[in-house]
Amino acid sequence: MSLWSIAVVLGVLFGVLTLAAALIWVERRLLALWQDRYGPNRVGPFGVLQVAADMIKIFTKQDWIPPFADKPVFVIAPAIIVVTVLLAFAVVPFAPGIVVEDLNIGILFFLGMSSLGVYSIILGGWASNNKYALLGSLRASAQMLSYEVFMGLSLMGVVVLAGSFRLSDIVEAQRGLWFAIPQLPGLILFMIAGSAESRRIPFDLPESESELVAGYHVEYSGMKFGMFFVGEYLGLILISSMITTLFLGGWLGPVLPPLAWFFIKTFALIAFFVLVRASLPRPRFDQVMSWGWKTMLPLALLNIAATGAAVLWRQGGQ
Amino acid sequence: MTLAFYLSAVVAVIATALTITRLHAIHALLYLTVSLLAVSLVFYTLGATFMAALEVIIYAGAIMVLFVFVVMMLNLGSRAIEQERRILKPGTWLGPGILSLLLMVEFGWLLAEAPVRGTAVAHFEPKEVGIALYGPYLIAVELASILLLGALVAAYHLGSREPGRRET
Repeated sequence: MSLWSIAVVLGVLFGVLTLAAALIWVERRLLALWQDRYGPNRVGPFGVLQVAADMIKIFTKQDWIPPFADKPVFVIAPAIIVVTVLLAFAVVPFAPGIVVEDLNIGILFFLGMSSLGVYSIILGGWASNNKYALLGSLRASAQMLSYEVFMGLSLMGVVVLAGSFRLSDIVEAQRGLWFAIPQLPGLILFMIAGSAESRRIPFDLPESESELVAGYHVEYSGMKFGMFFVGEYLGLILISSMITTLFLGGWLGPVLPPLAWFFIKTFALIAFFVLVRASLPRPRFDQVMSWGWKTMLPLALLNIAATGAAVLWRQGGQ
Repeated sequence: MTLAFYLSAVVAVIATALTITRLHAIHALLYLTVSLLAVSLVFYTLGATFMAALEVIIYAGAIMVLFVFVVMMLNLGSRAIEQERRILKPGTWLGPGILSLLLMVEFGWLLAEAPVRGTAVAHFEPKEVGIALYGPYLIAVELASILLLGALVAAYHLGSREPGRRET
């Protein structure tokens, strides 16, 4: 292990964590902008120190474990989401050479880690031994299992076109044309699946505060709640950077350095997800499930079949 | 790599043993998940990276989540733990345990007789696995898919509500 790779590991870790913390402020300000109000603007210039204030608050809160909870599972659950999402960042190529481990099964590694993240929500809700939390985690497991299915399928069109599971190969394959154009259905499907996986509005049914109080994390307080909170933002960054890598040409772009392009594209996607949160209502749970299985899954299968047919047809023409 | 192999193998064995001995169903399932993750690492150290990824996605990430989901729905309370405790009395497991131990000794003996091979065999790319599956093993893939289709139709039939019949 060379010095450079250690520097990349630490850089990615701290970069991503800092970004996730900063997003708390960014999202609140952006939401406020789109909802015609100010948002947090008291702590520091433009309220940028709001994050620091929030952190101080969350660290000094009493860390309470309910006596009726299943203690070991209750403690380990919030850690799982942060660990799995951070591990998934290991395969994201930020720029040529700036990647922790360019696995030849990169996409599969990402899918595996995002499917392990479900445990955090389920176990957190179950271990709390609370009815609201249990309902939230039941919803989470059903929703995330269903949306995982076509999340994987929606990426297979990209894999067919690039001919590789390695993320840096996929970025290189987009030198002529971003996959967002030939794989537009895949992009839309992946965006929807991604926001369902990171449990954001309109897919935040596991915590829907209007009916389940706070869903799976209702019993959590202090830094354990903070872990769920940061995990959600890390998930948002992960989904945005995966969309950038797979559909928007990753680090490719003229004039500016590769890392800057990656950051610009990812940030634009994060802003888009915040806009979605600002504008969409939350659907009913049965609507979410039937929409996933009856509309999105057949569309994802059609997309793969059409992509495969197009690739074969082009090869036959040569 | 060899150290990683043995470490994950030991973790897999311990986690599986704990899966059997835990009284609480959810705890047992969690140990089983750890065991599956360890097995995935074993696959990885043996060079089957594709297999390792599928193990995590399908077994640890999907099937075990479904198991946890069902156990959560059943809401097994202290009665189930009592029942487990009765099952785990020596009188229950001693007979099968001795027989399994005999088989394991025999298995170890056979392995010791077999010619020694290194742990790191070869690296298989996902592409080679795909070509092998859809080339020489095509018939097995098709049979498996027919089996799954049958299961799907059966599940749909069992789960559907007959019109005019009241739910009981």
